[in-house]
Amino acid sequence: MELSAHEGPLSPYRVLDLTGAECLLCGKILADLGADVIQIEPPGGHPARQIGPFYHHEVHHERSLYWWSYAANKRSITLDVTTPEGQRLLKRLVPSVDFLLESGAPGALAALGLGYDALAALHPGLIMVSITPFGQQGPYAYYKAPDLVGMALSGFMYVTGEPDRAPVRIGFPHFYLHGAGAGASGAMVAHMQRVLTGKGQYVDVSCQEAMARALANAPQSYVMEHAIIQRQGAYRQTGSTSFMRLTWPCKDGYVNFQFSGGQGSGLGVNNIIRWMAEEGMRDAALEEVDFTKLGYGMITPEMLEWMVPPIERFLLSKTKQELFTGAVERRIMMFPVATTADIVHDPQLAARHYFQQQPYLDGEPPVTFLGPFAQMGATPLQLHRLPPALGEHNQAIYQDELGLQPDELAVLRAQGVL
Amino acid sequence: MSEDSAVQPFKGLKVLDFFWVVIGPLTTSYLAEYGATVVRIESRERAEVLRSAPPFGGGKRGLNRSGYYANYNVNKYGFGLNMGHPQAVDLVKRFLPWADVVTENFTPGTIEKWGLGYDVLRAIKPDLIMISASMLGRGGPYSRQPGFGPVLSSLSGMTDLTGWPDRAPSTPYGAYTDFVVPRFALPTLVAALDYRRRTGQGQHIDISQLEAALHFMAPPVLDYANNGHVQTRVGNRHPSVAPHGVYPCLGDNRWCAIACMTEAEWRALYQVMGQPAWASEARFATLFSRKQHEDALDQLLGAWTQQQDAYTLMTMLQRAGVPAGVAQTNQDLIADPQLAHRGYFVYMDHPGVGYHPIQRSEFRLSDTPAEFRSPAPNIGQHTVQVCKEILGMADEEIASLIAANVLEVPSPEDG
Repeated sequence: MELSAHEGPLSPYRVLDLTGAECLLCGKILADLGADVIQIEPPGGHPARQIGPFYHHEVHHERSLYWWSYAANKRSITLDVTTPEGQRLLKRLVPSVDFLLESGAPGALAALGLGYDALAALHPGLIMVSITPFGQQGPYAYYKAPDLVGMALSGFMYVTGEPDRAPVRIGFPHFYLHGAGAGASGAMVAHMQRVLTGKGQYVDVSCQEAMARALANAPQSYVMEHAIIQRQGAYRQTGSTSFMRLTWPCKDGYVNFQFSGGQGSGLGVNNIIRWMAEEGMRDAALEEVDFTKLGYGMITPEMLEWMVPPIERFLLSKTKQELFTGAVERRIMMFPVATTADIVHDPQLAARHYFQQQPYLDGEPPVTFLGPFAQMGATPLQLHRLPPALGEHNQAIYQDELGLQPDELAVLRAQGVL
Repeated sequence: MSEDSAVQPFKGLKVLDFFWVVIGPLTTSYLAEYGATVVRIESRERAEVLRSAPPFGGGKRGLNRSGYYANYNVNKYGFGLNMGHPQAVDLVKRFLPWADVVTENFTPGTIEKWGLGYDVLRAIKPDLIMISASMLGRGGPYSRQPGFGPVLSSLSGMTDLTGWPDRAPSTPYGAYTDFVVPRFALPTLVAALDYRRRTGQGQHIDISQLEAALHFMAPPVLDYANNGHVQTRVGNRHPSVAPHGVYPCLGDNRWCAIACMTEAEWRALYQVMGQPAWASEARFATLFSRKQHEDALDQLLGAWTQQQDAYTLMTMLQRAGVPAGVAQTNQDLIADPQLAHRGYFVYMDHPGVGYHPIQRSEFRLSDTPAEFRSPAPNIGQHTVQVCKEILGMADEEIASLIAANVLEVPSPEDG
């Protein structure tokens, strides 16, 4: 349902979104930027509609918070592209679109006669983006990779978690989200090329590469120092012999405090050492060190051994909120390890009106959605369309645009094409 | 500036780049890979944090030796400017007729305090696009609170959901959200460029890194916002399938992830294991029942994987259609045949850093190759060249600004 006429920076452009449940974010980013993104759903409903959590815990395909998260601002039509009639309809839609997004196995769309070459023949300006775990070609191209497997092969898992246990994945699946985000970037880069040449092209995204981006300096650390980075629990290895402490227990939970040298972090460390003195927990040895002069990532395990205990004692004497309030006053980089409840009650987000309530389901309280990922001065981003109901825009697209007659639609529906 | 490229999507795009550390330089690295002229404004008076971050070429610290910095700054120009000097502000303004885009990720208020806020710059260059990316955005009680990526993984709920239920949360590796935010920042910036192309209108893009990163956490956050339900960390488990874990293999600290998302995949795993008696027990017969007995399942499966080489196991399982993947180390990644096939690591040579890999963008465009012309700049490496070619300055003026410590040029002490 459209909430407002919205002009975003990408308003002139249309996107056909054939992505599966994991990669919906790609089209969502373009939709938030104002593109007319038409999500194609199988006639039985997009698989993302089956993924929880569900609104008020009621399992129903129109109540998935997962689907809502990544379908808001899009439109929805149903289409079974595995049927010949579905393929014909898709090809009729292609000339009207600027981008086509998909996340099937390599070659799956081509096997249906819907590969890039076939579609570009109909519309040379088309940009087609394929998002797969490992890219279209190569030895792992056909490997199965749910999030857990992708996180393992991208190298991110090995360095996350506790040293005495198995590597651990990020608690919400991020492997495909990185690929989906990279897909939106690739689409826009190809678009700027199209602006110059008039020609579209094919964009081949690897989620493994997108996730491996997050390894920071780990690839360089191996090649340049032969350092194999290990997971360190509350600590962080920043080089072959350097570490920093990140997560610290406090009175009622955990706080995040980057204990390291360097211009930025060092200042906060100096300040917390001063704060300890104010509160009668002075540590003379720590006061001797100027952490801004100590480089980033230059703290050794030997140094940690005597530096950490006095700071830990201080943090354990205070709550998350006491520590955060005091840290803000003293410009110390320390934040609570937020639960989702802490996030929803975050005073900063509240002051910026980040969360948005919209009436959505009949007879139920308004639904809370996230706010935009960026503030754009000339073209403000907003929630301009509520998540579409299944096939909500079939009539607008198939009847009003393609000119199908109501009885033709009925037949296609009966055949399971729509 | 010298350009030898064929048609590139960002050819002719000029970026005056105050971005620093990771989130910013990573965002502009995509532009630099695809033809933009990106001039990084840096000063050794307040050196870019990554320049003093390991690993260092030859194992020796130095502003021009960091492999971490080198990773995100290929093809960029290094311009040394001491922003603490009163004359620096005027010099920045002289770039504006040239610049299409100005970037910065300082604490809100910093660029304004210099007298270089968006309103000032727009008065000089009406169609300017400026992009700011701060921790928490402009406005709000904690707007000026400084921080880095690991902090934001805590604030965005990623840390609390990661790790073992019986232990403290595990922060995702690295300055993690620095790698999340560019997923939004880059398409937004390019969309603004396209908008300007069509309408002639520039704008200010202001990103709260927290607000962008939360889009990677939307379902659990909405679960609390709408249902009052707080999700908690569960290690590697999945809400509805089993086995779904990371299992020990032969050797020191070797692990393989295995996830049977369907009954067919479990049956395939059962075959690969050689139909062991334990796996045919009733308690493991259905998905529902396997979830009930997941601790025992993990233990028995782990006892089997412990006898296997991790890569052999992965290959065997994938061949049988079972999702499996080695938990690769950074060393493994450098040798990963899939990444090698796609040429993910591009090797550059640099006088201070030495031979080093950089990670290229994650997409391949069928008609537009990315370009890797020059390694990351030394501090002040292009100061004089930029003064002449972009600002059209005479030699005497350049020399006097260097002498006055406004402009910075390479020094042997940079290391």
